Amino acid sequence: MKNYISLKIDRHVLSVPNNITILDAAKRIGINIPTLCHLNLKDTCIKNNPASCRVCVVEIEGRKNLAPSCSTLCTDGMIVHTSTPRVINARRIVLELILSDHPTDCLICPKSGDCELQDLATRFNIREKPFDGGELSLRKKEITTSIVRNMDKCIFCRRCETVCNEVQTVGALGSVGRGFNTTIAPAFDNKLSESECTYCGQCVAVCPVGALTERDHTNRLIEDLVDPDKTVIVQTAPAVRAALGEEFGLAPGTLVTPKMVASLRELGFDKVFDTDFAADLTIMEEGSEILDRLHRFLAGDKNVRLPILTSCCPAWVNFFEHQFPEMKDIPSTARSPQQMFGSIAKTYWAEKMGIPREKLVVVSIMPCLAKKYECDREEFKTNGNPDVDYSLSTRELARLIKQANIDFNKLNNAEFDNPLGESTGAGVIFGTTGGVMEAALRSIYEIETGLELKDVNFNSVRGMDGVRKASIDLNGFELKVGIAHGLGNARKLLEDIKYGRNEYHVIEIMACPGGCIGGGGQPLHHGDINVIKARSKALYMEDANKARRISCENPYIIKLYEEYLDKPMSKKAHTLLHTHYFNKSIN
Amino acid sequence: MIKIKLSPKVVSQIEAICLNYKNEPGELINILHDCQELQGYLPEEVQRVIAKKLNIPVSKVYGVVTFYSFFTMTPKGRYPISVCMGTACYVRGSEKLLDEFKRILDIDVGQTTKDGKFSLDCLRCVGACGLAPVVMIGKKVYGKVQAINIKKILEELE
Repeated sequence: MKNYISLKIDRHVLSVPNNITILDAAKRIGINIPTLCHLNLKDTCIKNNPASCRVCVVEIEGRKNLAPSCSTLCTDGMIVHTSTPRVINARRIVLELILSDHPTDCLICPKSGDCELQDLATRFNIREKPFDGGELSLRKKEITTSIVRNMDKCIFCRRCETVCNEVQTVGALGSVGRGFNTTIAPAFDNKLSESECTYCGQCVAVCPVGALTERDHTNRLIEDLVDPDKTVIVQTAPAVRAALGEEFGLAPGTLVTPKMVASLRELGFDKVFDTDFAADLTIMEEGSEILDRLHRFLAGDKNVRLPILTSCCPAWVNFFEHQFPEMKDIPSTARSPQQMFGSIAKTYWAEKMGIPREKLVVVSIMPCLAKKYECDREEFKTNGNPDVDYSLSTRELARLIKQANIDFNKLNNAEFDNPLGESTGAGVIFGTTGGVMEAALRSIYEIETGLELKDVNFNSVRGMDGVRKASIDLNGFELKVGIAHGLGNARKLLEDIKYGRNEYHVIEIMACPGGCIGGGGQPLHHGDINVIKARSKALYMEDANKARRISCENPYIIKLYEEYLDKPMSKKAHTLLHTHYFNKSIN
Repeated sequence: MIKIKLSPKVVSQIEAICLNYKNEPGELINILHDCQELQGYLPEEVQRVIAKKLNIPVSKVYGVVTFYSFFTMTPKGRYPISVCMGTACYVRGSEKLLDEFKRILDIDVGQTTKDGKFSLDCLRCVGACGLAPVVMIGKKVYGKVQAINIKKILEELE
């Protein structure tokens, strides 16, 4: 069989490898065949290809029926027509049939303006609903702490089901029933909040319509901001600055840190702080814990288990609590940066400023939906008052900025407030896969060897492969580290550990593809992996531009320990910055 | 949906069935068939045991159970009634029979009476079209059934 074949698509003759689909071949010559159910985030394992929507059909000479271009491979000598009247008519009918039982309340739909079905209806000039399928009102609506399900709007593309089962291996969502009664739901039609759902939000990130969206806190925030009795402060996660610009027409990977800070100040926050500061603090605690466990393990302490797993990602924490509860003593006890920030803000900073806890509102801007759930965990509350009051996604922040008449691109640059706004480059890269590991390695190296790190770039832990491993020379000791992003990849590592096949000392896990930059709360990537890669690049760039790039060199972190916490893993640090995990197994 | 606690004996029976198919996820449908035969239906707990043995999400098991009409999550009555809705029976008025069963028993298709005595289902052709319309109760076939006879048929099963 030849490796390359030639075919004709519309007026173009082209040569392509013999194993690609008509859809991909057409893309190479600038012909964008419309798709709806299809999703292929190359280099991650996110691929949904049920060929069920039939929006992408094309005409192939010599073939009677129309072929779905997303799943039909090119063959030698094939002649394809992508927009004949027959093809366009078929696409229109497909869309009209999908719309026959789809609510038309687009004006008030949370997905309006960013909906793939709406885009197609516009593109194919659909102006009426010739088929009336009636609306199926039996399907469930559910509002959880993180995710809102409105199954009336579901078009059964199965993207969420694929992501939840095959990519994340969570298995919370599946199709139920058949025919007109089909719905996508947790087992036994239970609530999502009572299922194994980790709130990673990847289902929301891939939903083409308004069936799965985030729990919106923008109105709650607006009310808090105008309340004269409340001091409202904000922390922004690293991944937000690399993606927020996309909502304002900027290219993916545009760093908007100074404008983001300016916009938050315009919105009326009393202080604009940075989760990156707390990421540096996380490294101090987690790094110390790693070294402590490692030393005790090497000294032969039988009570110490390795590897130690990172614990910054709330969806990952939910995942092992549900699926691997017997291993809940392996992850680091360090809280996530979001929670460390809240804890320090409502103790150290609030005491310093003389603000009573109940009058201080700590808001976080996160690329993540699981963070909303994390804020709500009982163990992160003092007398019912949460350390972080609530969390907004990157998308929600963009909505707020637009609502407040702020011309984002014309804002002057601004800087974070201190002391909780100062960070090093190590804190910035927390937002990308491999970043937490690299940040930890920078500090661990200096603390362990007492040497100055000549090159802070640990390129061996960077990249987009689902599971990566590297060995780091700690002055003669070979530290073996593993990195996984995507919960399906995490599962592979966990099963290795469970069955004694572990070879690592430290493992970093992030639930979303690419890490937080590909989080469920980010601007939608619409299936383009380059968007996620560009965001990752942006974070490494911000890191490279920082004056300080090692967490333990952050002067405000040093001060925080001197003034308040004493030293990493101290009693006070344990109370404020560490946590414990629960067995949430359902079976 | 009925929540029950499975006895250890039933659990081990289910596990044996799964093992019989080498705990192979691809055998899910066969396993469900065998498990349904155990108690006549597939309650939530049975599905959870199967999911655990096959190491697949329970949502997947539930998806298959709800997709195929043969599988049921409702226990069948001691006298399972099946009204034939095949073409011959249908044109000879089986829909009226079905309505009459629903009226007398006060249940819908796929449901079981509160006392657990009768359950009502439809089927497609038992191959006795000459006797249309046909109703099966348990393994007994009733031919040329008329709506006015239904009350009597049910009473005879008291």
